Formats: sequence, C-alpha cells, structure tokens
Amino acid sequence: MRFKERRQARTAEGDMTPMIDMAFQLIAFFMVVINFAGAEQNERIRLPESELAKPPEVPFEMPITLQLTKEGTVLLVGEEVPVANLKPPLRREKEIIEYRGGKPSDVTVIIRADARAPTGVVQELIRACQETGFEKFALRAKQQEDW
Amino acid sequence: MMTPMIDIVFLLLVFFIMTLADRGFVAPEGDFNIRMPVAAPSEGKLDESLVLPLKVRLKSTSEGRLAGVYLAEARMPDNAPFQALQERIIQIVSDDAGPGSGAEDREVELDCDYNLRFEYAIDAITAVSGKVQQGGIVKLIDKIRFTPPREVPKP
Repeated sequence: MRFKERRQARTAEGDMTPMIDMAFQLIAFFMVVINFAGAEQNERIRLPESELAKPPEVPFEMPITLQLTKEGTVLLVGEEVPVANLKPPLRREKEIIEYRGGKPSDVTVIIRADARAPTGVVQELIRACQETGFEKFALRAKQQEDW
Repeated sequence: MMTPMIDIVFLLLVFFIMTLADRGFVAPEGDFNIRMPVAAPSEGKLDESLVLPLKVRLKSTSEGRLAGVYLAEARMPDNAPFQALQERIIQIVSDDAGPGSGAEDREVELDCDYNLRFEYAIDAITAVSGKVQQGGIVKLIDKIRFTPPREVPKP
C-alpha cells in the first residue's frame, strides 16, 4: 500500500513536454528574427537589379551603409536626412572611426540607392562622402531573378 | 490528443516560412566597387594614368527615362544600348595586347544626366564591368568612376 502511494505522488509532477516545445519554438523564432534585424535592410528601398550582383566573398572591413530613398533622402543609422544636410552626420561617423583607430580612407561606404532615385543625387552623395574623406564606395544591387 | 502534432506542424511551418523568406523570396545582394580617391575631382585636371578613360555618356529625359547611350561620342543603337555598349567594351579590351591584359589599366568614366534613374546607371556599370558566360563571370573593366554631377536641369 505504501509503495503504491509514493508512485502516485511522483506522477502528479506534471508534464514538461509542452513547456519545452514552447521554449524551443521561442528560441527558434528569436534566432531568426535577430538575424533579419542584422541585415540592415529597408522595405522602402527597391534596389536596382543586375545579373552581376553576387554576394561578396569577403565582407568589407569597415562598412558604413547609406540608404538613399527615391525622394533623395538618406537613411543613416535610423535618421532620415536630405543629401544637402549629410555633412554633419558623416563627419560624426568619421570622428567615431578615427577614435577607434581607423582611417576614413579604409572605410567602404555601401550605397543602397533606390532604383528610381536620380543618378545626380547619388553623385552628390558620393561627393559629400569624398569631401568628408571617404574614398571607397560600393554600389549595391540586387541579383537579377532569372525565373 | 492532436495537440503535440499540431504544435510540431506549426513549428515546421514557421521554420520553413522563415527559411524561404530569407533565401528564396529575397534575392541576394551584391556590390559594385567604385574607387574615387580624389577629394573632389576638379575639371581640367589631367589624369595621371597614360590610358585615357573611356567616356560613357547616359542621356535622360526629364522624367529620368533613358534617352541615349554614348561611348566616346558614338551613339549606341536605341533598341539594345547596353548590349551594344558591352560588345564595344569587349572589342576594346581584347584589342589591348591579348585578352584581359589591357583591362587592368582601362578606366571607365560615367557621365550621367542628373535626372537619370539610378537603375540605368547600374545597367551601364553592369555592361561595362563584366559578362555572364557559361555560368561564370568574365570581368571586363573594374575601374569605374563618375564625373562630377551635372547641374540640376531647370524645369
């Protein structure tokens, strides 16, 4: 009789399986979501397509990503500024890089410009970067879909 | 007792939707490198390299549509301008003492109208910088730069 009672007490502990299921599901969900946030992409920008746009084999050493919308404004670390007012935030970026011991000429400025943006604005953006001291630029494009 | 099965089915569903959204629906992105080391390339300044850059001129309508592609004053046919541009570039590159050897010194200077949509500039860069052949990429000219921006046209 005593043996039977003890056994009943053990089965009353409860089932852990649903909790573990949910925990795994949450882990998987947050892993994927955090990966998305790191890609620095923006829904507003429709990149131009090119058949030569292949993901780089070696990532850039010190990239700065500038996103240019079709209205001619630049999205830079969460701020939206027109190209004409880009100098102060760029100078700030440069100071941060120099503070960390880097040279602005080693930095690659990745330009994610919208396909519908005027080329003149892209050129003005490049000029603003040059005047701040950046030298290397990468124009980003989306791989052309064959299907 | 369907609950565990439904749990697992949802888990698989979420997993595959996320994986496909990452790889399949969103096309991968790539870059075109552009080197413009001079602080502000002033007009009239002579280029240091011996070979003069090839001038590619892109004209646009006021809405930003492509109106004409010129390679060193020669107009490319309007039905397939970038294809023609690429063929000319291939000719020029292979003329320079053996295939590929002249490509390193060659430089292309892009001169675009202010209003031109950026996608046409990327088309021109694509045509100039390489060609997809038998699954691989044949590189043509990788030194590309822009001229100083043109004035904003008056409306």
